[in-house]
Amino acid sequence: MTSGTRMDTGEEMAAFETIRRGVHFSPELKDGIGWTLVLAVIASLGQVVVPIAVQQTLDHGLNGPDGPDVRFTVLMGILAAAAVVVTSLASYAMTSRLFTASERGLATLRVKAFRHVHDLPLLTQNTERRGALVARVTSDVDQVSQFLVFGGLIFVVSVGQMLVATVLMVVYSWQLAIVVWLCFAPLFLSLRFFQRRLSDAYGMVRRQVGLLLSAISEPVVGAAVVRSYAVEPRTQARIDTAIEAHKAASTRAQGFTAFSFSLGGISAGLANAGVLIVGIWLGFAGDITVGKVLAFAFLVTLFVGPVQMGTQILTDAQNAIAGWRRVIGILETPADLVDPGPAGQDLPRGPIDVRFEDVTFAYPTGPPVLRDVTLHIASGTRVAIVGETGSGKSTFAKLLTRLMDPSLGTVLLDGIDVRMIAQASLRRSVVLVPQEGFLFDDTLTANVRYGRLDATEADILASADELGLGDWVAGLPAGLATRVGQRGESLSAGERQLVALLRAHLADPDLLVLDEATSAVDPALEMRIGRALERLMSGRTSVTIAHRLSTAENADEVVVVDRGRIVQRGPHRDLVREDGSVYAGLHASWVAQSG
Amino acid sequence: MDRRGSTTREGFAVLGVAIRREPWIFTLSTLGSLLFGALTVADAWVLGWSTDHVVVPAFENGEIGNGKLLTVLGLFLGVAILRAVGIVARRLGAGVMQYRMQAHTRRAVTRQYLSLPMEWHQRHPTGQLLSNANSDVEAAWGPIAPLPMAVGTLAMMVIAIAQMFFADLVLAIVGLLVFPAVIAANLAYQRLASPLMTRAQQLRAEVSEIAHESFDGALVVKTLGREGEEMARFAARATELRDVNIRAGRVRAAFDPALAALPSLGVLVVLAVGVDRVLSGATDAGSVVTVAYLLTIVSFPIRSIGWLLGEFPRSVVGFRRVSAVLEATGEMQYGDRAVAPSDGGARLELEHLGYSYDADQEVLADVTFGVEPGRTVALVGATASGKSTLTTLMTRLVDPDRGRILLDGTDLRELARGELAGTVAIVPQTAFLFDDTVRGNVTLGADVSDEEVWAALRDAQADGFVAALPDGLDTRLGERGTSLSGGQRQRISLARALVRRPRLMILDDATSAVDPEVEARILQALRAKGTGATLVVVAYRKATIGLADEVVHLEDGRIADRGTHLELLARSPSYAHLVNAYEQTEPVEEGSLAGETQ
Repeated sequence: MTSGTRMDTGEEMAAFETIRRGVHFSPELKDGIGWTLVLAVIASLGQVVVPIAVQQTLDHGLNGPDGPDVRFTVLMGILAAAAVVVTSLASYAMTSRLFTASERGLATLRVKAFRHVHDLPLLTQNTERRGALVARVTSDVDQVSQFLVFGGLIFVVSVGQMLVATVLMVVYSWQLAIVVWLCFAPLFLSLRFFQRRLSDAYGMVRRQVGLLLSAISEPVVGAAVVRSYAVEPRTQARIDTAIEAHKAASTRAQGFTAFSFSLGGISAGLANAGVLIVGIWLGFAGDITVGKVLAFAFLVTLFVGPVQMGTQILTDAQNAIAGWRRVIGILETPADLVDPGPAGQDLPRGPIDVRFEDVTFAYPTGPPVLRDVTLHIASGTRVAIVGETGSGKSTFAKLLTRLMDPSLGTVLLDGIDVRMIAQASLRRSVVLVPQEGFLFDDTLTANVRYGRLDATEADILASADELGLGDWVAGLPAGLATRVGQRGESLSAGERQLVALLRAHLADPDLLVLDEATSAVDPALEMRIGRALERLMSGRTSVTIAHRLSTAENADEVVVVDRGRIVQRGPHRDLVREDGSVYAGLHASWVAQSG
Repeated sequence: MDRRGSTTREGFAVLGVAIRREPWIFTLSTLGSLLFGALTVADAWVLGWSTDHVVVPAFENGEIGNGKLLTVLGLFLGVAILRAVGIVARRLGAGVMQYRMQAHTRRAVTRQYLSLPMEWHQRHPTGQLLSNANSDVEAAWGPIAPLPMAVGTLAMMVIAIAQMFFADLVLAIVGLLVFPAVIAANLAYQRLASPLMTRAQQLRAEVSEIAHESFDGALVVKTLGREGEEMARFAARATELRDVNIRAGRVRAAFDPALAALPSLGVLVVLAVGVDRVLSGATDAGSVVTVAYLLTIVSFPIRSIGWLLGEFPRSVVGFRRVSAVLEATGEMQYGDRAVAPSDGGARLELEHLGYSYDADQEVLADVTFGVEPGRTVALVGATASGKSTLTTLMTRLVDPDRGRILLDGTDLRELARGELAGTVAIVPQTAFLFDDTVRGNVTLGADVSDEEVWAALRDAQADGFVAALPDGLDTRLGERGTSLSGGQRQRISLARALVRRPRLMILDDATSAVDPEVEARILQALRAKGTGATLVVVAYRKATIGLADEVVHLEDGRIADRGTHLELLARSPSYAHLVNAYEQTEPVEEGSLAGETQ
């Protein structure tokens, strides 16, 4: 990771390293792998035994020197049938085991990656394309699964068959076995080169899939804007571009695949010719009989089949490995907010005392957003943070609630460095209500209960009443059972904020941080909520960020932020009298607008 | 209904769609496959020929000419190279055909997304729609990959069967019993696997939905520390998907070896019967060998037909899900009327509008008012009083259940496509930004000069922060502009409306995330412009309301009162309570009624 905002794409990871890391994250892949391999050997032996048995039956049973040999034919037939049955059973058991192990392993990987996305820095979550993130835990994993259960299986069987065929070849004639291997050497050696090309090509395909999903999500998520601005043709053009790019990348990768696969066939032709030619020379030297040369030619076909299969699988594997890398890439991107683990301290219950000590924060590529902020908020006070858009107010809120860690300096809650507070305790005691309170596509109850999982409907109704929202809830079509729609879009922006407030109130925090949490609510309701919150804030510490200065007027203390620094602090009545100050200016324009 | 039969039939029907759409590429890849098949047989022939004409004579004579060795090498290599050509044609052809079909379908599906009405979108979760355009499309065209190989195999089989009958009728019939057995095995597989595949595909969509929603709400998840619960929610579906996949895998694990074993067993039966027939003199050993050999030759590639059929359940399910989108109706109907060209503001009339989300929940009732060209109307009302719904009706994102809206005298529903957007611009409460540059987000592809873009940004008070971005207008904003703050997104969204010089502009509380000073400057710019545009603003702040010539006060979806701000303040206590809320807490400070003189 270089900049700190982008996610690890894992693209530099070599194939074997990817598989090693992959197995590390999905230990189930190793479960019972020993027996699975034994079964694979049995299955591949069987696949060689059957054609040999048939060959033998034809040569000795049917075309025997004394006419057809019924006994031999029947004996070989029974043997071969038994081999078929054993092979099939072994193959069934092996495939089942492979399916079980890989699906289990991948489900684990999927869930781990999903969880890790939530642990990523806020900034990474925001800069990554949502569709691409989803692709990593869905289609990228599916890609790996397809490969492991089909490709992986055939690969194991193919390697097994190759080994068995090699052993048989060596038994027949070690010289010719060397000839066969020499003919395939260029293929095996060029594999690495092709694998790299293919790996790049398939890496490109997986990236294009992410971009494609992102483009497709525009008309879905932005349906209203696309319609009201009638930009359907332009949106379609953008999607078409992504579709074409994905098609081109896939076709290119497929071209490489086809070409590298065809090399196997050429090697096979070379090997066949080589066996016959060298066989003849060996015959002249008296080392081999014509019968053995011909038998060997038959063995070569047993070798060529699995080699071609194997190389094809290796090729297909590149696509899967590209997907695997991207999933692993999530897990290898460090989570910035590391839970202190067992060493983590719990916050005592009760209003929280807040201290900022020389806190500076800068985004990875930008100038500092907050500089040398030192501030003490005594427990139980109500503080309003004001300042122009872009002054660093929201950054302050995010540092306070440990959505980000400062670049320099320390944030202390009740005297404990936030980095040393157990996450569970921190999230239990400190709650931020952001401006856009995201809602899940579920009922109002479920969304509010997100704040406290064991809350009953009665609890929810009671806290709605406390906030003065009882009438609003009662007025909804199905009351608490009303479904809010995707992202809460069946409700208005103001109503979504009400749900977020209810949620936070139910969570019963000791430090409540409101970041423009009522910006979309009508003034009368906002004031009503404000008064209710004031009542409810007793016994807690609260920090409110608002551009409606009515909030600041009622706070115990106002902190004015300007260009990343604290420039004024004190009660509203004092600050407003400081002529020419930032606060006096902000207040004047507020009055001009609202009064 | 016979599920098995119908899945196979449907599977072929889906392939038929692809073949009709891409006949040439299909032909090319099939020819490649046939070339490959023919040369596989030729390989055996070359081996036979070399044995008879080179190897055996060489061993007998004890000497060999270089010419003959070169011929052997040339024959083998020639066949191998031609076969490689066949492989490339087959695989590349299959790939190109598959990717082209995916592209066709994705274009068609996204066109539907763009043309279907908002109601349809509201009924379908984002994750599902993404899944329809992505993994369902992939699943639908999955069988194209093994198709050319299967067709080639089929051709080889026909030739092999003809040869078998030519060799010995009885043995051929015995050998051919393998084929019905293979078909029966396939049908059994389809019956067992099809429901599992359907379920798996459904679960894949659900997993994708959960991931999408959860990542969308990442901030809330983080602030409330609900990562564990989210993981549990995701894991429940992922685990179910895993279990269904394992069950489907077990079915496949049983089916694959069975399919491989059947031809082998067939060969053994042919040998047993063959020995008997040779002994009874009904046939000769050579014919038995030929039939057994031909069965062996087709025994491996016959599996490619199995692979093809094995893809069918997934394909059929994917195709059905995609078809559901493609066949969805309810496309918004447009008329053919145009808005008369004019430089001034547009006239807007709302007549007895009524709208309900569902039958018993009336959002708007009997809303009637008009806005004269160039005038400004403020829509004021408590949270959830129907203001936003009214703006979506004005921009025809949805049509009213009752009543009508006239723009310059024409019912919105009679306007031709694109006419409304050319005249009206809405700035929604929640700004949506595209994954594009600042310029792209403002112009949305319209032919607008950079000067005009900057002018619009200046009026929206966005020029300052845009100029500070690393690449200015060319800075990419990322998906949904998540790298900007809410207030910055709103201002870009406002500039997008301003740059189009609409004749009617609708601001739906479009500056809620902007601080008061900046908002004041935006309002000044809007007023100073004097473009003559008609303006409808949803607002709470008195400075905004002060801009309006008239105020429409909405209560529970009905017009409670209308008039100037001062008139309403004077006669409507509920209106006064709503807009004076901020002063009521501090009645003494700063002479709080000053604004009413505006």
